[in-house]
Formats: sequence, structure tokens, C-alpha cells
Amino acid sequence: MGDASEPKPVKTIKTPMRLEYQYTAGEATSRYLRGIAQGRILGQRCPSCKKVYVPPRGSCPRCAVATTEEVQLSDKGTVTTFAIVRVPSENISVPLPFASVHILLDGADIPFFSVVQGCPLERVRIGMRVRAEWVPREELAPTATSIRWFVPIDEPDVPFEKLEAAL
Amino acid sequence: MKGPITEVDGVLAAPHVLEYPYRRSVGPVLSRFFTALRERRILGVRTAAGRVLVPPAEADPDSGTAVTDDFVEVGPGGVVTTWSWVTRPREKQPLPHPFGWALIRLDGADTAMLHAVDAGDASRMRTGMRVRPRWRAETVGEIGDIACFEPEG
Repeated sequence: MGDASEPKPVKTIKTPMRLEYQYTAGEATSRYLRGIAQGRILGQRCPSCKKVYVPPRGSCPRCAVATTEEVQLSDKGTVTTFAIVRVPSENISVPLPFASVHILLDGADIPFFSVVQGCPLERVRIGMRVRAEWVPREELAPTATSIRWFVPIDEPDVPFEKLEAAL
Repeated sequence: MKGPITEVDGVLAAPHVLEYPYRRSVGPVLSRFFTALRERRILGVRTAAGRVLVPPAEADPDSGTAVTDDFVEVGPGGVVTTWSWVTRPREKQPLPHPFGWALIRLDGADTAMLHAVDAGDASRMRTGMRVRPRWRAETVGEIGDIACFEPEG
């Protein structure tokens, strides 16, 4: 211990970055969010390449055409990649540690960003089958947090070759 | 971030805040500057060429050579060298009402530093105006220890 009358020199400062947006979802993503508020996951299929996008943005980035056909997707899917988050940070509402994951929902052609919780994290792997854990029915709202996270289900892993095209 | 979801013509919108709560180490030179701020003193550093940099830097921006270890107390008053007026301050900015961002060359310094000037109205701001710091009631060793500058006299 040093002399209490001698204050310690300043070694660090807080330098937060803060960007305040008003996010407008657009028509396609608004329909998707209203689906989420009913406990349904909606995607859209490209009329040209037939790929199914979720969340839908109203157009196909590959074909540059509008996507209008709505597709209801399963709330089950397969982990295509993941990272384990153990470092606490302000503004993270999910209890640590958790797996930050990409999930290819059954029927979709692009992965979907979410979180896996509720299982030993050393079990998380590419190809693992998971299912959405929704908030209670009465708490459903048009927001991503209506899906609390994904949890593993007892189904055989999907081989990597079957996921490769969607990565 | 959660916030009120609004709807215009069937399209949903909501506030979205992206925030990186960084804390950075300041190094030996700026450590002297921030430690002095906590004591309500403003320090510059003298370069090998004899100029006084405020805030102090580890190297002379003119030559890239390391500065000397001659720390110089400057100010507290100074002169506005350029400025712009903020009509609608954001939540995290230094003052809740309209204010000026200004480059201020403190007495004894050869460079200007950025800070807020609480001038009340843009018509009171001008290049060459004299300002002095208004210290926060409790200082902790950060630039916000100077709440803002205010016109002198």
C-alpha cells in the first residue's frame, strides 16, 4: 500500500462510442416482425433463384428482384458456425457464457443470427440441431427478443456437406 | 436496445442504439494531463523545438520526435481560434442546451484543444474571444472535469 495522501495517477479513461439510430424495418421485415409477435417465423422466396431469405428484406441480393412469396419456416434449424462468449460487457442481456451462433432454419437458404443457451457450451458444434425457445405467449412482441435463444434438440447432426451451400 | 415501437404506413420502426463502452489506457504523457485535470490544472508538454502542446502528445506532430519531459501549466484562460454552434445537443454532449464547439488556445500554449463553450447564444461566439474553464464540482481525471468553457468577463 502506498501513502494514502498521494492519489494514484490516472492510467485509463472511458471513451464510449454511441450511435443513436431510428431503425425503420421496411415492409418485408415489418411483416416478419408481426409474424414473430404471433410466434411464427416468416421468410420470402426469390422468384428467380428460389432461395428463401430470413429475415426477409423484400429483395434478392443475388438476382436483384423483388421477393413477394411468403414462406413460413420451422423454428428448428442447424448451427452453421458459432463463437462462445465469456467476456462480460454492458448491454448484453443474455446470461454468460453463451454461444453466439448462425442457424440455418429448416426451409431457409441463409443462416440466421442468434444465441444458444441451456446446454453445456462444449457441446455446441457445427451441424447441431436446435429449436427456438420463445418467450411466454403473452410476452410475444414484434421484436427479435421474442425468441429468447435456441436450445439443442435430440436429432442427429446434419453433415457439413448439406450446410455448405448456405454458408 | 428496447424502446417504443412505432408504425407509419404499416412499417415498423424503433430506436436502435449501438454503443461500445470502451476504456483505454492513456500512456505516460496523457496520464500527466488527466491527473492534473483532477487537481484542476491544465498541463501541456514542451517539444524539443520549444513549442507547448496542449493536450500534450508523446511526439511532436511537426517532426515526429519524442517530446521533452518538461510539463508546463497553461491557462486556465484562453482564446477561441475557431468554432461551430450546436443548435440541438445530443444526450451525451457536454451541455443540455445549445453551445459552441471550439478550438481553444490556452494562455502559454502553442496548439488549440477542442472543448465546449457555454456562450448562451451563437451571437456571443467569435474567433478571438477570451474564455475560461468552468470546472465540474467533482473531478475524477477525465476531460469532462472541465464542464465547459465560458466567456471571460
